[in-house]
Amino acid sequence: MKGKENVALRLPIYMDYHATTPVDPRVVETMLPYFNEKFGNAASRSHSFGWTAEEAVGIARERVASFIGARNPKEIVFTSGATESDNLALKGVAEFYKDKGNHIITTVIEHKAVLDTCKRLEKEGCEVTYLNVDAQGRVSPDDVRNAITDKTILVSVMLANNEVGTVQPIAEIGKITREKGVLFHTDAVQGLGKVPFDVESMNVDLVSITAHKMYGPKGVGALYVRRSKPRVRLTAQMDGGGHEFGMRSGTLNVPGIVGFGRAAEIMKNEGVDESKKILALRERLRAGLWKNLDSIQLNGSLESRLPGNLNVSFAFVEGEALLMAIKEVAVSSGSACTSASLEPSYVLHAMGIGDDLAHSSIRFGLGRFTTEEEVDFVTELVTAKVIKLRDMSPLYEMFKEGIDLNSVQWAAH
Amino acid sequence: MAYSEKVIEHYENPRNVGTLDKNDHGVGTGLVGAPACGDVMRLQIKVGDDGIIQDAKFKTFGCGSAIASSSLATEWLKGKTVDQAETIKNSMIAEELHLPPVKIHCSVLAEDAIKSAIADFRAKQAARAKVEETDAAPVKQAAE
Repeated sequence: MKGKENVALRLPIYMDYHATTPVDPRVVETMLPYFNEKFGNAASRSHSFGWTAEEAVGIARERVASFIGARNPKEIVFTSGATESDNLALKGVAEFYKDKGNHIITTVIEHKAVLDTCKRLEKEGCEVTYLNVDAQGRVSPDDVRNAITDKTILVSVMLANNEVGTVQPIAEIGKITREKGVLFHTDAVQGLGKVPFDVESMNVDLVSITAHKMYGPKGVGALYVRRSKPRVRLTAQMDGGGHEFGMRSGTLNVPGIVGFGRAAEIMKNEGVDESKKILALRERLRAGLWKNLDSIQLNGSLESRLPGNLNVSFAFVEGEALLMAIKEVAVSSGSACTSASLEPSYVLHAMGIGDDLAHSSIRFGLGRFTTEEEVDFVTELVTAKVIKLRDMSPLYEMFKEGIDLNSVQWAAH
Repeated sequence: MAYSEKVIEHYENPRNVGTLDKNDHGVGTGLVGAPACGDVMRLQIKVGDDGIIQDAKFKTFGCGSAIASSSLATEWLKGKTVDQAETIKNSMIAEELHLPPVKIHCSVLAEDAIKSAIADFRAKQAARAKVEETDAAPVKQAAE
């Protein structure tokens, strides 16, 4: 640590980039005029205020389209965020194609915006197949193929998982859905700009995107809806003035959309280099923790993983207690205690990770503004606190005595 | 989640963390909870010949509220008779630590741990009394 004393470390440290990201200052700057100076309604056709706003939205639409490899900017439908995009994709397709079929295929580790939408559709007569994942959290393309029936209208698989960062074989699945003539939706929020993604080469028909996971503002997102080969049709879920090509009514959030466009442009230009830098920091964190501590487990795949994600179970230490001990660091946990439902992470559960290790899991999310100093600080802090909590843990004591914790008759409560 | 000051205080400066010799005849050990549920408490009491709890120790795997509940329990146990210790209720712990509704189970677990430690202590005493009885029996016979 010599020579680093002068580096000012600002606390608290943010390591929860999966939850949200700070808005890049360049994005803020681009947005500002659209709050008061260029405040027009993009749907106003009769004056320059409206034209200015419409033009700005058009540029943002082109930037977002180009970012995901879409050929036509009109394939971008702006929404309030990825939850709305997921709802629109699934409900919109289910409703429009109900005469063609009622079967949807998805996975057990999707975001709740997809899973709960599927639950709703099941109540309305759809049949949903929830594919399992392997121990790394990966979906098998063969399972997708085998699940497709003549009633299948849509497959929805996320690009990368928000908890364990596992990247799904989207290109392989896209090949299958295209061959079978089934539409393919992906919730891409966690992976965009971090792992390669392109709607054309990967044969994706619908993509949910949100700005706030890529250094843009909250409350704005998009749904990519393919316009040719095949042309995807949707039944709008929000009725009104017919904005966004009739697919999503509501006055456009012009400053948000402008910021989203700028964020997409920056990500397109810098994402590849940035990801290399973030991966190096993530590996520094991983190496440090593994050097300092015994009995820790990486959850998810090391190879097919988001560069900024590190999900670790610190055995014999409860996640929420650890969060409390490292309160200078903003991370999240798969422990039940940190969720409103009091259930441990369903993603870790689906990967076959025991509830005890799920309770002990911490998700570190590194991003654009993470520094080496922060990584080193977090490594040392987490190490010290895990050791302290293990000194207080009856389980660690039993483990050290050689007792097999699985052989103990626990009184479940 | 926001923690009460008392929870944070106990969590940051836990009282009586440690281990007593579980084979000591005056020591009662309670191990409650389950790793899969996210909390396990081990609470131990050492009772003197006068029936007063001389020492209490705990180790807890669990959230901050679970650690604070067990820390507080050990504090309250010391100096009490076993019968007095038995009257400690989870509601008293929850009230003292200002636990929110979702954390009430932590105080329930602490009460369970106290009861379990007392039960273990009493079982040991009963077993010991039995051994003394049987040890004494031949002597009695011999005297006859």
